[in-house]
Amino acid sequence: MNLTLKIWRQKEAKASGSMETYKVSEISEHMSFLEMMDVLNEQLINEGKEPIAFDHDCREGICGSCSMYINGEPHGPDRGVTTCQLHMRKFKDGDTIHIEPWRAASFPVIKDLVVDRSAFDRIIQSGGYVSVNTSGNSQDANAIPIPKEDADNAFDAATCIGCGACVAACKNSSAMLFVSAKVSQLALLPQGQVERKERVLSMVDQMDTEGFGNCSNTGACEIECPKGISLDNIARMNRELLSAKI
Amino acid sequence: MSTLDSKTPAGPIKDKWTNHKSNINVVNPANKRLIDVIVVGSGLAGGAAAASLAELGYNVKCFCFQDTPRRAHSIAAQGGINAAKNYQNDGDSIYRLFYDTVKGGDYRSRESNVYRLAEVSANIIDQCVAQGVPFAREYGGLLDNRSFGGVLVSRTFYAKGQTGQQLLLGAYSAMSRQINKGKIKMYNRHEMLELVLVDGKARGIIARNLVTGELERHSAHAVVLGSGGYGNVFYLSTNAMGSNVTAAWRAHRKGAYFANPCYTQIHPTCIPRSGDYQAKLTLMSESLRNDGRIWVPKSKENVEAIRSGKKKPIDLSADERDYYLERRYPAFGNLVPRDVASRAAKERCDAGYGVNETGEAVYLDFSSAIMRYGQEKANILHLENPSKEKIRELGEGVIESKYGNLFQMYEKITDDNPYKTPMMIYPAVHYTMGGLWVDYNLMTTVPGCFAAGEANFSDHGANRLGASALMQGLADGYFVLPYTIGDFLADDIRTGPIANDSPEFLEAEKETKNRLDALINNKGTKSVDHFHKRLGKVMWNQVGMARNGPGLKEAISEIQKIREEFYKDVFVPGTTNEFNPELEKATRVADFLELGELFAQDALEREESCGGHFREESQTEEGEALRNDKDYAYAAAWEWTGTPRGSKMHKEELTFNDIELKQRSYK
Amino acid sequence: MAINKGFLNFSILRKFAMALSGLFLVIFLLQHLTINLTSVFSSDAFNSLSHFMGTNPLVQFLLQPILAFGVFFHLSMGLVLEIKNRNARPIKYAYSKPEENSSWMSRNMIITGVMIMLFLGLHFYDFWFPELKLKFIDGIWNNETRYFIELQHKFHDPIRVALYVLSFVFLSLHLMHGFQSAFQSIGFRNKSYTPFIKKLSSIYAIVVPFGFVCIAIYHFLAQ
Repeated sequence: MNLTLKIWRQKEAKASGSMETYKVSEISEHMSFLEMMDVLNEQLINEGKEPIAFDHDCREGICGSCSMYINGEPHGPDRGVTTCQLHMRKFKDGDTIHIEPWRAASFPVIKDLVVDRSAFDRIIQSGGYVSVNTSGNSQDANAIPIPKEDADNAFDAATCIGCGACVAACKNSSAMLFVSAKVSQLALLPQGQVERKERVLSMVDQMDTEGFGNCSNTGACEIECPKGISLDNIARMNRELLSAKI
Repeated sequence: MSTLDSKTPAGPIKDKWTNHKSNINVVNPANKRLIDVIVVGSGLAGGAAAASLAELGYNVKCFCFQDTPRRAHSIAAQGGINAAKNYQNDGDSIYRLFYDTVKGGDYRSRESNVYRLAEVSANIIDQCVAQGVPFAREYGGLLDNRSFGGVLVSRTFYAKGQTGQQLLLGAYSAMSRQINKGKIKMYNRHEMLELVLVDGKARGIIARNLVTGELERHSAHAVVLGSGGYGNVFYLSTNAMGSNVTAAWRAHRKGAYFANPCYTQIHPTCIPRSGDYQAKLTLMSESLRNDGRIWVPKSKENVEAIRSGKKKPIDLSADERDYYLERRYPAFGNLVPRDVASRAAKERCDAGYGVNETGEAVYLDFSSAIMRYGQEKANILHLENPSKEKIRELGEGVIESKYGNLFQMYEKITDDNPYKTPMMIYPAVHYTMGGLWVDYNLMTTVPGCFAAGEANFSDHGANRLGASALMQGLADGYFVLPYTIGDFLADDIRTGPIANDSPEFLEAEKETKNRLDALINNKGTKSVDHFHKRLGKVMWNQVGMARNGPGLKEAISEIQKIREEFYKDVFVPGTTNEFNPELEKATRVADFLELGELFAQDALEREESCGGHFREESQTEEGEALRNDKDYAYAAAWEWTGTPRGSKMHKEELTFNDIELKQRSYK
Repeated sequence: MAINKGFLNFSILRKFAMALSGLFLVIFLLQHLTINLTSVFSSDAFNSLSHFMGTNPLVQFLLQPILAFGVFFHLSMGLVLEIKNRNARPIKYAYSKPEENSSWMSRNMIITGVMIMLFLGLHFYDFWFPELKLKFIDGIWNNETRYFIELQHKFHDPIRVALYVLSFVFLSLHLMHGFQSAFQSIGFRNKSYTPFIKKLSSIYAIVVPFGFVCIAIYHFLAQ
């Protein structure tokens, strides 16, 4: 198929950017979206032009690197996938595709479609862990049985890949889904109980400091999340913070 | 040729590690504050090492090329992690895990290292649970296990199909805690481009800030490489796009021997290639082989009918299907080790039984498992005379709970529903057992330069068993390196900070800058990918699943030719002092072009078949791999002398005192 | 330390306060509707209820200030949050399809909210300010029959009725998201209750504004 691509180009963080138009042809419907981008980049290189910078690594939907706002939605029109898992069969011959970077004050653009998501790291660093040393001298793994339901719920929350689609989708650039996933995971497990209150306070405080917006409960994050992280986690974090503060 | 000393401690194998830990030098806590350690890579090995070293009190600088340490490719490991916990009471033990790993590695690994790995494996699970890693559990609240290829017990701990992710996030959280405390200084989007030696010791690295393009000199008392494997030398592999050999290769060029580069694991269950544009292959967890049955049609007519779309796989009756793994290996069936399963698939496809258009695919079929689980579930629910559809529906539910995310991934990529029609799979490059040669302390032949995880060569021999990579990465990072590095660093408590403006650093920086400038100024006509693809094709065709003497020689000269052309004709757009992904690729591919040749040379030298290395000249009458213990029971460690061709081989003889060498059989 | 920070310094607790004030207003609306409904059936009942509300010291000097504060807080916090949220995305998307993942109501609470605020201005001009003048400036507290007449008088004007009806449409849209969203903000969400709350929310958001609309139209037509 033949496609018209409108892509955000920005030389560097401080530069101002704009949408540029490109054409690609003979795109197979079996290609992944990023393979289509590879084709475009190869084309640009062969024309002696600078290829488009975008984050990508594992290309199997788990590393969380890829981050494109495609046709008005993070990770494009498909559900439950990252950009690297989005396939061209979701598009039609002759389509115009708009591609932009994540937009948020806390995710400044580095170049073209690449943004800086280190704010997420700083939120985790503020308390998204259990403070145990890695000595291996902890108690036996089966010493504390954990109800299967709690373990499963903790796992579901823990599958967050930190891609930032929730922030990109949210009209307020809120990071609540990301933060609540980690808060939930550890709040559900017995190992997380000791630091439970301090953790949620520190993480939410850091989230606010980073300049993410508030949660308006629009639910956009849950729908766009490639890992299907549930809004239940946000409600849980709201409870956690309230009980930590009262 | 000289022999290498692994510095394995004396004594009975089960006491070696304990005694070694008691006897090696230790740096006291006050002095640890005076010592800096660089860790390159933030995956399971690098991340775990960085966190543990920081906890001990060292000042750690950790580097990763991704935008955050949480994206290291360990994250993509799906199936699980082995540990000799014997929670299932099925006769597992440290010795059995040790035995399985050595046997699975086709007797080409170092016994003492493998035993230590098995010994600390149980601690990993304890540690991870304490960190809040949400492993799968049974209804009683205890940890669940599953079984993997090449073993007869269930010792694999898992978190659905995302075990690597959960373990990595555990290590990442341990790192985050230390970053918060200021004990780890994290350098995201930084790539190591050179190792710096001062007085013969590894004392730092030259790293490129990938955002600004600036070269930075970083000094430390020791350098730990946890930079992963080099499967991307094949261009198409299940590795991440950024996975590369550069850190290890630069250390190699500075004197670290590279061991067994030809030991590559070709994973049997990957999604087949669909076209030339393809940039990467996707793995489907080996755990699928627990419940999936692998087959191709028995007759060529049916193969043709399926390829042309006249028949569908579900149209074929059981008699018309060749469950070739169950046929050839009745004892292990679909759960034979990866190398065996991969070669068997290749054998069928080469014989013309491949089931897709490219002729490179076999079926992985869940229909038996779906019906079996469905029946079980129906029994549990006390359904009387449930219909076939009902059983199927129940069974699909069970399969979904076990492999839901994998099935979803398959469907997203191929647009086929694997609950209804068998998956198509084909082997793909997945893991490299070879790597930097290390001694028992995980130190390379460059003093002060350590290698952990997939970057080293030590534990998996010629083939790695499923769910052992995660085990090794974390074992090295959490439990081995933090102890053994003290043995080296104990001499450095009075050294003081290492200057990063010594002539050695400046020289290394200049040399790196010249290298980058040369690539940018080359202004050729072909993209980096062009050369990478060509290299990959040669590697896959001649140095892939089956290798032979003439083919390998041809590969060597082909690779030399591609390398020459690369330096003549590569075009790298942009400049060095900016965010430039093409330049990153170019430096990586330049190193792959050297490694690839050494890889082929190592394969040529080893005129036996063992594990993932299959030499067509060395096989049994039935076409099984034939080892030659008399001549090749050694690890080949290559020394850089200026060109890949001129590399000098050193041998570490492998002795087996606690395991009897046998021809591997899974029949 | 995060633990020592003030209550409203946490984004989540600002939303919590927003939700509580919102739920308080939801309850107030129900009470308001109930009293208004009596005007359809009996002018006497309406008058006596209104008189009670207008003169009872507890209502006048405790509930009314609380209500005023609730309205003021909900409104001003809403504006504060809106500004913060806008700052969180200084550069907008060139091409966006928010309708793919969220409802119009949920994304435009500020629009519906501001429209309700404007309506409140009209409403206060119509009823509350005259009421205050009558009671606190003129000192007339004992006219028990004026309420129904005042009501009828106001709904004589078709433009005013139309404005009221339009405002209630905005109120409905605001409630459609706000009611159930408030429960999420206070962390009240689970598998068994949440679907019920969502249904209740929709019913409330339609029935209550519709009730007000009917009353307004009834009085317009009845004259």
